[in-house]
Amino acid sequence: MNFDLSQEQKMLVDSIQKFLKNDYSFETRCKLANSSLGFSEENWKLFAELGWLGVALGSDYGGFGGSTEDIMLMHEALGRALVTEPILPTALLCGRLIELLGTEAQKKSLLPSLIQGELQLALAYNEAIARNNPAVVGCVAQREGDNYVISGKKIGVLNGHAASQLLVTARTAGDVRASAGISVFLVDAYAAGVERKPYQTVDGLRAAEIEFNGVEVTAAQRLGAEGDAFVALETVLDEACLALCAEAVGAMEVLYKTTIEYCKTRKQFGVPIGKFQALQFRMVDMFMLHEQAKSMIYQAALRAKDISTKEGRAKAREAISACKVYIGKAGRRIGQEAIQLHGGMGMTDELNVGHYFKRLTAIDALFGNVDYHLHRYDECVTASREIA
Amino acid sequence: MDLSIKPEYLQFREEVRSFLAQNLTDDLREAGRLATSVFHDVERSMAWQKILHKKGWVAPNWPKQYGGTGWDVVQRAIFAEESMKASAPAMIPMGLLMCGPCIIGYGTQAQKDYYLPRILSGEDLWCQGYSEPGSGSDLASLQTFAASDGDDYIVNGTKIWTTYAHFANKIFCLVRTDKEAKPQKGITFLLIDMTSPGIKVEPIIGLDGIREQNTVFFDNVRVPKANRIGNENDGWTVAKYLLMFERGGQEYAPALYAGLAQVKDIASKEAGSFGGPLIADTNFRRKLNELEIDIMALEFTENRIKSALGSGQNPGALASMTKILGTELSQRVTELAIEAVGVYGLPLQTDAIQPGAGLPFVGPEYALTAMPRYLNTRATTIYGGSNEVQRGIIAKLVLGL
Repeated sequence: MNFDLSQEQKMLVDSIQKFLKNDYSFETRCKLANSSLGFSEENWKLFAELGWLGVALGSDYGGFGGSTEDIMLMHEALGRALVTEPILPTALLCGRLIELLGTEAQKKSLLPSLIQGELQLALAYNEAIARNNPAVVGCVAQREGDNYVISGKKIGVLNGHAASQLLVTARTAGDVRASAGISVFLVDAYAAGVERKPYQTVDGLRAAEIEFNGVEVTAAQRLGAEGDAFVALETVLDEACLALCAEAVGAMEVLYKTTIEYCKTRKQFGVPIGKFQALQFRMVDMFMLHEQAKSMIYQAALRAKDISTKEGRAKAREAISACKVYIGKAGRRIGQEAIQLHGGMGMTDELNVGHYFKRLTAIDALFGNVDYHLHRYDECVTASREIA
Repeated sequence: MDLSIKPEYLQFREEVRSFLAQNLTDDLREAGRLATSVFHDVERSMAWQKILHKKGWVAPNWPKQYGGTGWDVVQRAIFAEESMKASAPAMIPMGLLMCGPCIIGYGTQAQKDYYLPRILSGEDLWCQGYSEPGSGSDLASLQTFAASDGDDYIVNGTKIWTTYAHFANKIFCLVRTDKEAKPQKGITFLLIDMTSPGIKVEPIIGLDGIREQNTVFFDNVRVPKANRIGNENDGWTVAKYLLMFERGGQEYAPALYAGLAQVKDIASKEAGSFGGPLIADTNFRRKLNELEIDIMALEFTENRIKSALGSGQNPGALASMTKILGTELSQRVTELAIEAVGVYGLPLQTDAIQPGAGLPFVGPEYALTAMPRYLNTRATTIYGGSNEVQRGIIAKLVLGL
């Protein structure tokens, strides 16, 4: 057992950190978050050139063919700078779903252009009735001859504002809560009947509510066999969940370290407030929570290595849910403590603290919160106990 | 990164397992199974020590030249884990884990030659004289005084919380030899024979009803200067070396998982109040799962430490937090266990948990140890440097506050 990084992994992390240090200051990030697109197209091209968009995607299409470890390392680094460019929605959620479900022709037409930075995508899976459960799909794709007609409403579609193409989950058979009978379609975001309501999120990113009002698509726009998309869908959501957890670990590191630095310089009653034991102990707990969170993301990335195989999937689900539970709780605690220890300054928009806090708050709500993943973890351990 | 285990370690695990299977008698296993503290039944611990000594496995963390095993950090962890799983009685740590390493680090050749074999064989049973009635977390304020008298010291004072002093024939002590110097500067590390005239041992009964600890009184106890480890007034250095030696050595996760497995077992046998077994109760399950996930985080922190040690790095900050996390989690495990046994945690039956007692008891056997363990485990966050002291150390040395 070892936790050492390979040479390639070190180079990847170094290149991300170098870029972020030189070209992604907090001020820059805020400007991008408030720009009309919410991120920089120039950066997007640069990320493509540096190969970051293809880290998780197959080398046949120009990707790096990376593992869950590589996904983790990249997103932990990105999380330290609260990067707004939509790598997770486009490259991970959609890129990987295309890779897992698509025909060779679909992969060839989409993945190289995605990896080269010419494509913005979004996965529309979540619904108000689903509360992040990917098996719950009320959106319907009605077969009409060679075509399908899609109707329904999707919520919280990350990068939904910028995507030119959408991957949409829709029911082609079965009950609203059945995992069988779910299909994925590639839908032009500007097609007739697609109504997007983009919004800015509290953590400075973008998402959209999207209604599909009788949107017509051809059978060729379906990814994978009809009604058989669930396993692939859950797999990419789990991989994205892992990436999100890694991002949270990066954000937590910045938050606890920033808090310590602040408490060393801020003076009250004639001494730096970091001299007060009441505050020291709270910072020690923040430090330990971050280290433990980091251990959990390693745990998840390593146990989820074989997530794409039938045998590896059960183990990966359990490991990732455990991770999301821990990180949801640790992120909330570290975020809240960082604000409290910064006092009034922690409440301002000016300091980076509040921005990291809001990102951690948002991360818990995405892809299932602590309660959601505790529930799923319980299902996983019960199932593995029954097998044993 | 790689979670896989090297084949040689799998082989080593098999070797340990088969040794344990062949050598652990039911009587010895009972001591491990009924233990409610980190200090197991003294008679059976010493009996097991003799068997391990014969095999050469009694001091895994000593250098090989002094009788250690030459195992690496992973092998040591495997041995500890398998021993625990097999309910082997735990070694009494004061000689093997505490005093021995100090002698190895700072003793003279004569001291090494005399004491180390006796620690390994179990001929000497050591206890630790650090804390005093007025000196707990602030250890450097200790007052027990050793006055110079020719080739001897004359020791006067009181040591407290001295685990197994009533069984031990030796005690290693921190004593004051200079009252004028700064607190840490005037301390000396002394080895004292418990049969020396002037030593009196009085019991302290714990809140679990068990005598584990004692108060040790020193009234003009004559100790040869030859029993000093390190230089006079340099005992603090020896004590700090011991802390360093201990650091990164202990793994908590295996024992925590074992405790949690017991809780699951209890909860699947106990009835829930509203139908089904307790383990099907939503509220109970939530606590169980949250605890399991928190233990998993520590497991991987400990794996990261092992990995760093294995590749020659200093785990530094990581190592200083495992005592806090491990002990706090152990308290949560024992707390969940008393919740699981419910009313059967209440009968006071201290005598029935003594190995070999064979006494009748109230309730199911799995409930016998739950409450004494819960009570005893409250001490884990107090001893070995209270968790508040540990947080203070991290604040100062790791966070630079």
